Amino acid sequence: MRGGEGPASLNAKIAVGLRIGEIPLGDEEDIRKRGLELAKAGLGLVAGNRARRDSMMERWKGRNNDPLLYLIVATGNIHEDVKQAKAAASQGADVIAVIRTTAQSLLDYVPYGATTEGFGGTYATQENFRIMRAALDEVSEKEGRYIWLTNYASGLCMPEIAAMGALERLDMMLNDSMYGILFRDINPYRTFVDQNFSRMINAWAGIVINTGEDNYLTTSDAVESAHTVLASQFLNERLAYAAGLPARQMGLGHAFEMDPTLKDGFLLEFAQAQMAREIFPEHPLKYMPPTKFMSGDIFKGLAMDTLFNFVSKATGQGIHLLGMLTEAIHTPFMMDRFIAVENARYVMGSISSLADEIEFRKDGIIVKRSHEVLEQTVAFLGEVERTGLLDSIAKGLFADVKRPRDGGKGLDGLIEKGPDYWNPVEDGLREGLGLGPGAGGKE
Amino acid sequence: MAQLVRPYGDTLDDGKVQLSFTLPVPDGPKALEAARLLVGSWGFHDCEVAHSSPMSDEFTFFVAYAKAGTGIDFDAVVPDSAGGGASLSMDEVNDYIRANIGRKVVVVGACTGFDAHTVGIDAIMNMKGFNHHYGLERYPMLETYNLGAQVPNEKLVEFASKVKADVLLVSQVVTQKDVHIANMTELVELLEARGERSRYVCVAGGPRISNKLAVELGYDVGFGRGSYANDVATWVVRRMVEKARA
Repeated sequence: MRGGEGPASLNAKIAVGLRIGEIPLGDEEDIRKRGLELAKAGLGLVAGNRARRDSMMERWKGRNNDPLLYLIVATGNIHEDVKQAKAAASQGADVIAVIRTTAQSLLDYVPYGATTEGFGGTYATQENFRIMRAALDEVSEKEGRYIWLTNYASGLCMPEIAAMGALERLDMMLNDSMYGILFRDINPYRTFVDQNFSRMINAWAGIVINTGEDNYLTTSDAVESAHTVLASQFLNERLAYAAGLPARQMGLGHAFEMDPTLKDGFLLEFAQAQMAREIFPEHPLKYMPPTKFMSGDIFKGLAMDTLFNFVSKATGQGIHLLGMLTEAIHTPFMMDRFIAVENARYVMGSISSLADEIEFRKDGIIVKRSHEVLEQTVAFLGEVERTGLLDSIAKGLFADVKRPRDGGKGLDGLIEKGPDYWNPVEDGLREGLGLGPGAGGKE
Repeated sequence: MAQLVRPYGDTLDDGKVQLSFTLPVPDGPKALEAARLLVGSWGFHDCEVAHSSPMSDEFTFFVAYAKAGTGIDFDAVVPDSAGGGASLSMDEVNDYIRANIGRKVVVVGACTGFDAHTVGIDAIMNMKGFNHHYGLERYPMLETYNLGAQVPNEKLVEFASKVKADVLLVSQVVTQKDVHIANMTELVELLEARGERSRYVCVAGGPRISNKLAVELGYDVGFGRGSYANDVATWVVRRMVEKARA
């Protein structure tokens, strides 16, 4: 580096045995100068991607569905994913998410290159990101509509994957502040540090984060636990602001997961969605479809997805993950996605202006239910505040799991900042995002 | 006299079925005719392609109706399920344990391997249960441990031995590329290598798990779609009593 060498050729040398830790540090001023140059170049690249996305979106303004229709591909083979993604986009999807392979969230490194083998999904690698981005740009041109690309900055490599996404112009990232702790048993400190840095990168890249509140409902009851969803939305929002994300880049999550046999269940779902919309007016809420009560009865499943589509449009959700009638049977067939898009377009077109037409009875079920959930949420967050966030997590206040601060995976990757700690990328991001200086040394 | 059954549309033995499928060809008269001929080639008669729509330039979706060419001798069918009679309710299971086993039954459950989906094991084990069937954690005569997802087989085996488990519940949701088969086999091999297989009632479960498959892989039983906690509990306590008598 001192001789003007780039990071890539240095990495190549490290790969064949160069022991970088044994080289003396050299002059600090030179290090800082070169560090700043490299960081500036990287952040500049990302800013360029952002400008390119903005101009494409401007060019095709108004051509996307509202809410954005979000579809998943998950073949394990990036080249097969490309075929399915292109078909999904030409069927009408606005957002393509490439599901990651099972267990990638627990890898403490990021695999390299194009991959063709995965279980239940495809490895998130920078090359796979590049391949899919190029394919979706091609479809965007053909369809005259910007097709968003989504992946997962979650698990043990949140900042690494956020950085890859920023460099390859991904548009959305699943990026929850506590998901890794609660649902993947990753160390709490590790996750809070990683979520902060990854969100700074997402903020700079113009990436919309999607938070994972739906996970609270896949095992707990959606009626009883409704307040945990709202509480998590508030926490995710607060932590996202702290990382420089504006509201329009916060796809706060929730889900349509109530028991379909429940009397007036539709009204309770409506209440939850409308409440989220009113509490978070500028946020592009990410609405997840029924999964837990999808049974294999595809006809019943399609009816449930239809009601889900209705609530989503009638309450003005921002990002709509399409429900699959074959949920709980297999990873979606091409025709399953097609039926899902057709259903959503029918319902959403047919009730396009309904949201502006309806008012809610002040003493009705929907208003009362919203107030009840909000009050429970305020009480719950009060308890969290008195207990402290880390102790609340350790005591099992969230999702019924206890995660002690010194437990979990990835703890060995946690190192206290030394007095000489310096991260030019962090400094550059803080400056660019208008955030205050980070805590140096001990945090 | 064999009882031959056929699909029922609106008249006994009319054999009517509905089909939907995709062909990788552009929509049009040629695609329609191809779909009709194809359905006929599967042994159906009187195929009517009721609907086709283009999904993209290269794919077409079809809905078709046709008559099945064959029936099946219903009396000769052997079911592929663990259900040997009706399951007991939660209270009945607890009574059965008190009367026939006389101590708490220790159950350890996990979603093993790299599978990250706790939905199956939670539906069976969590207090709340699923679809109005309480989970095993609520059974007073069961001592339960739900180890969650992504549990290595080694860890499950060690934990089971530590808590002196009677029953191992293994959930497998992800079945892409048959990863569940390798994983389920590994557990049985591990138990056999340690000489501990006979110590436990081993249960496999998941949306794509059949009893036949589970038994083939060396488990006592397999539970698929539509199984609840009381189905699993009934089967394992009866099995424990059977084993003790043998």
